[in-house]
Amino acid sequence: MLMPFEIIETIKMIQEENLDIRTITMGISLRDCASSSAKESREKIYNKITRLAANLVKVGEDIEKEYGIPIVNKRISVTPISLVAESSDEENYVKFAETLDRAADAVGVNFIGGFSALIQKGYTVGDRKLIASIPEALSSTKKVCSSVNLASTKAGINMDAVREMGHIIKKAAHLSADNGGLACAKLVVFANVPEDNPFMAGAFHGVGEPECVINVGVSGPGVVKSALEKVRGADFETVSETIKKTAFKITRMGQLVAREASRRLGVSFGIVDLSLAPTPTIGDSVAHILEEMGLEKCGTHGTTAALALLNDAVKKGGTMASSSVGGLSGAFIPVSEDAGMIDAVMKGALTIEKLEAMTCVCSVGLDMIVVPGDTSAETISAIIADESAIGVINNKTTAVRIIPAPGKKVGDVVEFGGLLGSGPVMKVNNFSSKDFINRGGRIPAPLNSLRN
Amino acid sequence: MRAVITVIGKDKIGIIAGISNILANCSVNILDISQTTMQDVFTMVMLVDISKLSVQFAELSEQLENKGVEMGLSVKIQHEDIFNSMHRI
Repeated sequence: MLMPFEIIETIKMIQEENLDIRTITMGISLRDCASSSAKESREKIYNKITRLAANLVKVGEDIEKEYGIPIVNKRISVTPISLVAESSDEENYVKFAETLDRAADAVGVNFIGGFSALIQKGYTVGDRKLIASIPEALSSTKKVCSSVNLASTKAGINMDAVREMGHIIKKAAHLSADNGGLACAKLVVFANVPEDNPFMAGAFHGVGEPECVINVGVSGPGVVKSALEKVRGADFETVSETIKKTAFKITRMGQLVAREASRRLGVSFGIVDLSLAPTPTIGDSVAHILEEMGLEKCGTHGTTAALALLNDAVKKGGTMASSSVGGLSGAFIPVSEDAGMIDAVMKGALTIEKLEAMTCVCSVGLDMIVVPGDTSAETISAIIADESAIGVINNKTTAVRIIPAPGKKVGDVVEFGGLLGSGPVMKVNNFSSKDFINRGGRIPAPLNSLRN
Repeated sequence: MRAVITVIGKDKIGIIAGISNILANCSVNILDISQTTMQDVFTMVMLVDISKLSVQFAELSEQLENKGVEMGLSVKIQHEDIFNSMHRI
C-alpha cells in the first residue's frame, strides 16, 4: 500500500512545483508521401498526418484526466520535408509548410516540426529549395517549426550552410518584424542533431525511425529546485544524489505516460526525453536551480560547474527510470522561456559569452536569444559556427535559436507570448567576422583521439 | 483497476460521508482509507476499486471535484499507477 506522504509528495509536485509532461510528440514518417506531383505529395502528407494523429490530442487529454498529470503539449514531428518534397519539381516549398500547418490545425496539435534539412556534409537540390523557403514558410504559418543540421562530429561543419543560415535568420526576422521576429523562434540550427527529439522547435522524425512512434518529453525544474531547498548548505554529493532521485521520480512518470499513450494509440513507444525544460512561469526555472546551489545570480562564475553537475545528475537519475532514453535529455537553457534567465540578463549577470560556455556542458545550445535587430548576418553565422564547433569537437548536440529582433536595441524586451516568453535583447560582440564567414567551404571532421 | 482519491483542506463534518456517497452511487468500492493532518492541513487518502465503475471516469472525477468545491476542499481522483510508478520500483 502506498503511504499517504508519498501520495502527497506526488500531488505537491504537480500542484505546487509545476511538474508536468511537457510534450507527447508523435513522430510520423512521410517517406512514402513523395511524388513527382507536388500537389499529390501534399495530399498524401495531409491524409497521412490526419489519419495517424487523429486521436493524439484526445488520448493525451484522457491520460491527463485519469492520471491527474498535466500534459502541456501534444505535437507532431515528421520526416525532414526536404527529403519528401525533393521528388517534385516545385521550386518553392512554402506550400508544403502550409499543408503541415493545416494538418496540425485539423488534429489540434500546437506545433508540427520537420520543415527540416540535414546538410552537415552538403546540399541536395531539395535541401537548397527547402532552406530558401524557410523565411516565408515560418512567417506565413503558425504551427510549423523548422530545423537545419549543418554540422556533425563525423562530417565536420558545413560553412557554406553556416553562411547561408545567417542570411536566412535575418530574412525570417525581417518577414515577421511585426511580431518581434517570431519566425526565428521556430527555427533551430543544429550540430549533431538527435533524430528522436520530441521538443520543439527542433523536432523532426529521423530517417532511421519507425513508421510512427510516440516520444515523450518530461519536465520539472520546479521539483528539482524544491528538492534542493531541503538540502541547503550540504556538500555536492548530496546535491547530486538529491537531483538524481528527483529526476528518477519525474522520469518514471514520463515513462508511464509514454507507455500508456503508445498503447492507447497503437503506436510503438520511442523514447523518453529527460529534459528539464523551463517555462516563463515563476517556479519553473532552470536558472533558479543553479541559484539554489549557491550562486547569487545565474551567469556568475561557477554557473558552468553548477550546470554540469545538474545536467549529469538528471541523466544519471533519469536513465535508470526509463527503458529507452533519447532526444536531447539534459537541462535546457532557453533565455526567454526561463524567468530566472531573463532576470539574470536584465541584471547584467548573464551574457552570450557565458551562455556559450554553459552550452559546453548542457544538452542544447544558445536557445531563444534575442539580439539587436542590426546584428549582421555574418555575426549570426559566426555565432552558429562557434556553437557548431563546440558540438562537433565535444561529440554533443548543440544548437542556435537566435532572434535578431527588427528595430530593437540592447535593453529592449521582446514579447513572444505563451511558452516562448519574453526576451531581453542581449549584447553581441560588434567586431566583424565577415571575412571569416565569407570563406565558405567545410571545416573538416575532427580527430577523435589525442583528446586534450 | 484501482485509483487513489485525495482530499486536502480544512477538516469539517461530513467529508467522508459526502465523498463515499458519490462513490456508492457510481459503484466504486472503498478498499482503504487513511487520514492525517500534515502541516495543519487535513489530508485523506482513499484507495478505491473502480473496476465496476458505472459512469465514465471523467464524470466521476468531475463529481468529486464539484463536491470538493462545495465543501471548500481539493478532491482529486487519479489512477493508482501514477503513484506506483513514482514511488515503487
